Amino acid sequence: MASAAKKKTVRTIPQQRTAMPQRDPKERARNFSEVACGYRLEDALNEAERCLLCPDPACVAGCPVSIDIPGFIRRISARDFRGAYDTITATNLLPAICGRVCPQESQCEGVCPVGETLEPVAIGHLERWVGDLAIAEGWASVPAIEPNGFKVGIVGAGPAGMACAADLAKAGCEVTVYEAFHEPGGVLKYGIPDFRLPNAVIDAEIANLRKLGVKFECNTLVGRLFTLEQMRDEMGFHAVFVGTGAGYPSMMGIPGESLNGVLSANELLTRCNLMRAREFPRYDTPLPLGGRVAVIGAGNTAMDALRVCLRLGAEKVHCSYRRSRAESPARAEELRHAEEEGIDFHWLTNPLEILGDGQGRVRGMRCIRMALGEPDASGRPRPVPVPASEFEFAADMVVYAIGTHANPIIGQTSKLKLDQRGYIEADEDLATSMAGVFAGGDIVTGAATVIEAMGAGRKAARSMTAYLGLRGGRPGAGRLFGIDLDEHNFARLRAA
Amino acid sequence: MYEIVAREDFSAATFLLEVHHPLMARAARPGQFVIVMAHALGERIPLTLADFDAAKGTVTLVVQAVGKTTREMQQNCKVGAAVHALVGPMGVPSRVAAAGKVACVGGGLGVAPMFPQARAFKQSGAYVIGIVGFRSRDLVFWEDKFRSCCDELILCTNDGSAGMKGMTTDGVRVALERHPDLGELVAIGPPVMMKACAEATRARGIRTVVSVNPIMVDGTGMCGGCRVKVGGQVKFACVEGPDFDGHQVDFDDLMARLTRFASEEQAALKRWSESCRMKAPAAPPEEPLELPDPFEEVAGG
Repeated sequence: MASAAKKKTVRTIPQQRTAMPQRDPKERARNFSEVACGYRLEDALNEAERCLLCPDPACVAGCPVSIDIPGFIRRISARDFRGAYDTITATNLLPAICGRVCPQESQCEGVCPVGETLEPVAIGHLERWVGDLAIAEGWASVPAIEPNGFKVGIVGAGPAGMACAADLAKAGCEVTVYEAFHEPGGVLKYGIPDFRLPNAVIDAEIANLRKLGVKFECNTLVGRLFTLEQMRDEMGFHAVFVGTGAGYPSMMGIPGESLNGVLSANELLTRCNLMRAREFPRYDTPLPLGGRVAVIGAGNTAMDALRVCLRLGAEKVHCSYRRSRAESPARAEELRHAEEEGIDFHWLTNPLEILGDGQGRVRGMRCIRMALGEPDASGRPRPVPVPASEFEFAADMVVYAIGTHANPIIGQTSKLKLDQRGYIEADEDLATSMAGVFAGGDIVTGAATVIEAMGAGRKAARSMTAYLGLRGGRPGAGRLFGIDLDEHNFARLRAA
Repeated sequence: MYEIVAREDFSAATFLLEVHHPLMARAARPGQFVIVMAHALGERIPLTLADFDAAKGTVTLVVQAVGKTTREMQQNCKVGAAVHALVGPMGVPSRVAAAGKVACVGGGLGVAPMFPQARAFKQSGAYVIGIVGFRSRDLVFWEDKFRSCCDELILCTNDGSAGMKGMTTDGVRVALERHPDLGELVAIGPPVMMKACAEATRARGIRTVVSVNPIMVDGTGMCGGCRVKVGGQVKFACVEGPDFDGHQVDFDDLMARLTRFASEEQAALKRWSESCRMKAPAAPPEEPLELPDPFEEVAGG
């Protein structure tokens, strides 16, 4: 038995973290194939050996969804791969996605004790390997679900909505996810490019949600086709989760922004990823690309935009950021990949004006050099302009990747209480001002990460099961506090 | 998939599609628009609703075949066929309040979507002056529908073959002369027409509402492609419009931004006209799942 196995220590495990094969920067920068190729079996077995199987694992506490990490790694070592998959999917239904896009360095791997002396166990790589294997083998984690009679509506088929849907479906609720686009996936589909997260992986994970009984209704703009109030009062939803994201792109407000050739990173990425403009003219959506592209901003979205432009064939791709490399909010891996691929970074550079060619098209940017000053409200050094340091550089296209605002549609069409910036107000249980309506992800917190949105979706699912009177996924009665749910509205439920 | 239940061809270029969508038929309000994706490889195009009928459970779109996508729709969107995606109603509904006398101006693509507004104004008790423009008599459509909800209809044709000879803006001039007490003007059509309407009412300070139709991808406030300058501020037409104060809209900026993809649009149309005139759009190929074989034991790569 496992208990008889010799105890592993930092000295006895493989000392080197198993590297994941990656495509060569020169080759990969011109196509959309996934950059990180994934572990092979021997890689996974080797890396699994590096886990100390701590009895009181810090990594589990570091995971926003508390995956039993030593549990699944132990099963990889025992070559019980299906068991490893079942262990992960007990708490995270989307391992192939999370293994790719979670910032593991600041979560599970950041607290791994192996990391105190060596490089931490590559938990994310192992999770992805298990997730990919499950897709290849057609495994699905479909527990026995006993319907509890509750009907739940989810607004937005992005990471928050998908995670929330998974948990509520497992708890026995009848779950319908509404999505405005023609395909589910949200930012995973329109935002994150294939070379980081292939669409096929997202579709496979969505297929798993369907196997749990989750229904996806696309082409449905909640708020305009029907309102939250109608979902609750007329459509029979006992609870609703809103995860509409913060997709409204910010502009800088500098001269020249309406020139043709200036666009948001959201537009660029949506055209390329969801609408497949990169296969124009086979697909109808166009995306003309200038020879020289300048992307403003240095977060993850900026990294995606930069690398997409490179792959679409831009000659030169510039990144301008008003702070320095150390303050870039991008994942370390994304920044490194962008540098490897030949992106031209202009740190401490702030655009003042976008210059036109006299025909309404972009010809360049006028910028100013910045220097780091005293710390600002975010704790980072405030960038201040260097006097008389203005300069111009040529660009045929300018992409804004400087952040996003709250999407306004739910606010326009419901009585949900919003904060001053338009985000939905939610309490610590993610309950909103409307009884039975919960919200989470970017539409509550402002722009954040995929896994944080998934964490919020799962947290909301817990609050919703509690609200509906269910316990931990066990089948509940069709009554709450002794009240027949078909006969009473939410306000009365809450009052009770 | 959304089924096309009726179609009517008004002319060689303009056609009407009635699409089955009971929920949207019930939710739609004048001034709102939809986004249509004709087939799985298609682009998303915004179209202002031309009508909606809650009893029949249908919404009506009037399309002008001008580019690759709309010509392809003209060829393929037959009764019994379906469009791949149809989402809406989108945008803030038009403000329809009894305004005394209202001029409802529709030109080109804007004639059909003006109808629901004219009808709504009539229902709210306004005196409705309809002003619609066509190039010539054989292109005229919906004259009876407009007559049914307008107290006065000024029909304009460029060649004078029907109604008065002149452009829509000439009709506006007539209406302004006839009705010194005009309370409001709403205009839907090409930007240059809406600009001329706004200029015609500016001096008299008549409330003037225009419905802009810029390039969009999602229609939900996410891509920012539809941004327009209104009173010096940037607005997203999809979620803050499509109706704006015509006296505040920067039409030159709007017109310039409509040319963003002009060369790609021309190239796509040319390619389509030459190569696949009679072919139905190909089904999207199965996306191969490009994952490494997790059981691959060979070292390397």
